[in-house]
Amino acid sequence: MRRETLLNAALMLLLLAVPLWAHVTDEPFTITLATRAVIFAIAGVGLNVALGLGGLVSLGHALFFGVGGYAMGILAFHAQTYAPLIDWPVTIDGTKSMPIIWLVAIVTSAIAALGIGALSLRTTGVYFIMITLAFAQMFYFFTISWPAYGGEDGLSIYVRNGFPGLNTMDPIQFFALCYGLLLLVLFIVWRIARSPFGLMLGAARQSQARAQALGQVPYRLYLTAFVVSGAITGLAGALFADLNRFVSPTMFSWQTSGEIMVFVILGGVGRVFGPVAGAALFIVLEHSLGGLSEFWHIYLGAILLGVVLFARGGLYGLLAGRERAHD
Amino acid sequence: MSTILLIEQTLNGLQFGVMLFLMAAGLTLIFGVMGLINLAHGSLYMVGAFAAAGVAAVTGSFLLALAASLIAAALAGVIVEMLVIRRLYDRDHLDQVLATFALILIFSEGTRWVFGSFPLFLDTPDWLSGTVMLPFGIEYSRYRLAIILVGLAVAAGLFWMIARTRIGIRIRAGENDREMIGALGVNISRLYTLVFALGAALAGFAGALIGAIQTVQVGMGEPVLILAFVVIVIGGIGSIKGAFIGAILVGLTDTLGRSLLPVLFGLVMEPSAATTVGASLASMAIYILMAGVLLFRPQGLFGARTT
Repeated sequence: MRRETLLNAALMLLLLAVPLWAHVTDEPFTITLATRAVIFAIAGVGLNVALGLGGLVSLGHALFFGVGGYAMGILAFHAQTYAPLIDWPVTIDGTKSMPIIWLVAIVTSAIAALGIGALSLRTTGVYFIMITLAFAQMFYFFTISWPAYGGEDGLSIYVRNGFPGLNTMDPIQFFALCYGLLLLVLFIVWRIARSPFGLMLGAARQSQARAQALGQVPYRLYLTAFVVSGAITGLAGALFADLNRFVSPTMFSWQTSGEIMVFVILGGVGRVFGPVAGAALFIVLEHSLGGLSEFWHIYLGAILLGVVLFARGGLYGLLAGRERAHD
Repeated sequence: MSTILLIEQTLNGLQFGVMLFLMAAGLTLIFGVMGLINLAHGSLYMVGAFAAAGVAAVTGSFLLALAASLIAAALAGVIVEMLVIRRLYDRDHLDQVLATFALILIFSEGTRWVFGSFPLFLDTPDWLSGTVMLPFGIEYSRYRLAIILVGLAVAAGLFWMIARTRIGIRIRAGENDREMIGALGVNISRLYTLVFALGAALAGFAGALIGAIQTVQVGMGEPVLILAFVVIVIGGIGSIKGAFIGAILVGLTDTLGRSLLPVLFGLVMEPSAATTVGASLASMAIYILMAGVLLFRPQGLFGARTT
């Protein structure tokens, strides 16, 4: 356990040191890469609540990522066109304020997770995988065919949304904001994992019958975990949209769902900091392999296959496991 | 909307459904017998389409192209099964999802590497192009009609094989009790490879048939794969009959939804709004159908087991 704590600290320090160094040496692109890694890490931490703590193999988390992204896109779009979001019964305007956008992203993706979770969790196992995938695809096709917000072309937001007291257009300040949110999310998930709810969720994952015998309703535990998970991934979606100042149906695509899952797996399922390591590794791979060959997804596929077949537990399993052997 | 157009759209829906059945049948067999969820099934569909387009470009023969799609997809299936899939049977679903997701990446980028990013075209042969006159004065595409008939014939053949032949008995036995048929002396690993190759061949065949209507390109398989998942959720896992009924339902709902919903909304809305709302709702129709089935029968229409 102490080894893992050390590893966590090293990881978080590294993730902070790289963009700071890039800031000193004036390399904004590296800061953007680090910000991408941090945002992907938040999405992965979100999925890990369902996948790692609850054992729910959701292949549809792009849905919440996209809902968060479109929450930002739609609010900022109405603010930049000065067209009210709705006129009746009260006038609601769009906004360029990040805290409000985050709140809306979290609430809407939590509501989406509640509805879809309530339906999908009526089934288990392989059905659940296929259903979550299908619902994400439904949102994908819906956003493509709904022309009000750009349809297939997506929405461009010209100026990054604001945060009180910060200049968010400065890469390092936006990075700091995302990094702070990652720390907050990690803290919340860490607390959840150790709370009575988190322990019960783990019990239900390991043996549904025993959890039931203890008077728990697994369905309710799973649904709560799914909603929390979706809300966190939705927040990541809003940040990702703000990073690119662009939202498009691609955020809902099955590849996005797969990639969020890859972050969790590369790092290590069920470890609170696992997705952070996974997302960072993904960005490093994308950047280094992408430089080697335009067909870098082949290598990513081969690495992923290797991790699944031979190195279960991902990066954390590899490092923490090896260190434990020295004890 | 005229009756003739409605019948035409119904036939289109049937054609779509029959193709979905070829995909869903393989998926549901592979899940039923080996307990494996295979995301790379869409890649095998793509392999079939590319093999057909390649052979058609060289030989100019459509029948040879179809044969090539069957052989290439089955061969790809056998290779993948022996190298990767075989190690996944005893793993949990998460590992299966990830490993087959990795296979999609490898297949897609590998195909892009070999064939380039530009879409290929597979032409329908002369003897299948043009239209035929059906009773009641309905003019319909000869090729699409051929797809419906071929698809129905394959479905009938599959039902016959599963119900009547020795290999079908083994497949059904494998679905019921894997250990027992191994104990009875059936070479279980050969049976698994065979079932996987059969599913792959069906997917590749579907890819080739559809490739002549749409373009042959990288990434063509995954949207169809997800639709096949919807089919399986509706029909019930492991049931060939469920896959058939589910596929026809999804095919009809999608095609008729796309043509009818804008017209229906046109009755109560102004035309441009009706087109938008109708098209958006039509793109969601099959998923709403799936949600409805989930509410009333979470195990699917013909699914027996609950997991």
